[in-house]
Amino acid sequence: MAEVPEHLLKRAQEARERAEAQKGGGDAAAPESSGGESSDAPAPESSGGPKIPDHLLDRSKSARDQAASGGAAPAAAAAVATAPMPAQPEPTGPGGGTQRLLTVVKSGSIQDVKATPTDKVHVWPHLLVVEFVAALIFTAFTLIFSIFVNAPLLELANFNETPNPSKAPWYFLGLQELLTMFHPMVAGVTIPGIALFLLILAPYIDRNPSKKPEDRKFAISLMTLHLMFWAILVLIGSFFRGPGFNFVFPWEVGLFFDL
Amino acid sequence: MNDVQGSQAWSSIFRPGSIFRKGYSDSPRNRSYVIMNSVLYHLHPVKVKRHAVKVSYTLCLGGLSFFLFILLTVTGIFLMFFYRPTAAQAWDDIYVLQTSVTFGLLVRNMHRWAAHLMVITVFLHMARVFYHGAYKPPREFNWVVGVILLTLTLLLSFTGYLLPWDQLALWAVTVGTNMMGFTPVFGDQVRFVLLGGVEIGTDTLLRWYVLHVLMLPFVLVIFLAVHFWRVRKDGGISGPL
Repeated sequence: MAEVPEHLLKRAQEARERAEAQKGGGDAAAPESSGGESSDAPAPESSGGPKIPDHLLDRSKSARDQAASGGAAPAAAAAVATAPMPAQPEPTGPGGGTQRLLTVVKSGSIQDVKATPTDKVHVWPHLLVVEFVAALIFTAFTLIFSIFVNAPLLELANFNETPNPSKAPWYFLGLQELLTMFHPMVAGVTIPGIALFLLILAPYIDRNPSKKPEDRKFAISLMTLHLMFWAILVLIGSFFRGPGFNFVFPWEVGLFFDL
Repeated sequence: MNDVQGSQAWSSIFRPGSIFRKGYSDSPRNRSYVIMNSVLYHLHPVKVKRHAVKVSYTLCLGGLSFFLFILLTVTGIFLMFFYRPTAAQAWDDIYVLQTSVTFGLLVRNMHRWAAHLMVITVFLHMARVFYHGAYKPPREFNWVVGVILLTLTLLLSFTGYLLPWDQLALWAVTVGTNMMGFTPVFGDQVRFVLLGGVEIGTDTLLRWYVLHVLMLPFVLVIFLAVHFWRVRKDGGISGPL
């Protein structure tokens, strides 16, 4: 049931009181409001015929009858439909005619407000300045780092001399670490394959619509575990694997790690 | 100067509202023109939600990944002038680049370090997006594109790893491709296609070179375009938590 706006309820209340006062006060008005109703009704119908559709007149008439029989305690909904229609309608409309409330519709049910106002800023300067500074910092960092640290260039590739240990690039060292524990197919294909597959499907698996961290404890824990899993494997593979890919401590035997 | 700025040639180059026509004065209209009149900045909308410019939300990671990609493209083009992808020449070319080419060592260093950095920023970008729940509807598909971009980034880095043709490159790639050879059913074929033969050799070098400088960047740029386009179509970056 639609909520009736307060000002309409108020107006209806006033009109109802006015009608009550008229009914109680003037005896001459009484037949008009109760018994005379049915006889009066056809008259405006013929005059107002071209203006008001018949079915609306019928509906208002039946509502009027109901109100008259219902007496002093009409239902809330009926009150809205009948109240602004006193026995002697006051001419309040623009042309001196009668106005009546046909229906009350909640605003949201017809109008759908799509454009909710958002707080926006211009990309220039607010975003471009940030991006420019970030790019500048990274360029400066890469440049300065490159001046002081050289990229490795070991001796020419030699198929007859296997370095000990032989390591993959650092981002694959997690996989190489798994190789020490599982069959190569499991370590090199199955586990990373499943991990990648689940990562791609994450939005379709996680159907929880909330973005709030407190509503996503499971998803966040799982992802953190997953990221930690690879991070720790990569760290072990990078720094704690020595000759023969055996576990060593870098502070005892040195680093076996090239970028 | 006024004659030049009033000439037809000048006004044909710089669109209405360009700062090169009338100078720049700060107004909402001119702020919009800065974005609309630049082919590069036009990746952006004219306006974004206020929280979208907060560094503490995005940490600039996506933008920095893209910037590093540009930096890698520029430095990579420079390196291509001095490099031939054959087993007989590759290592010597790198050596000569480092010792005889002006800024050769510096540019190679930058290319190397920026590559490692890009793997890290792309990875962190993914983590950031996950923790913000930004992969949720309507952005599910853009997450998928993002995971593809992560994979392409790793492949780009890995294919570049072989190119110096030193001991580090050869044996790192040997370890990596041996793993891929264990793919069930068609593992040997996968390895054969990747290596251009049964063993790593000069054919592998050519193959990975083409993958590294042309094919993978080409594919990456396509997915990058979709990625950026979807960011805007899906309503900008995800809302505040």
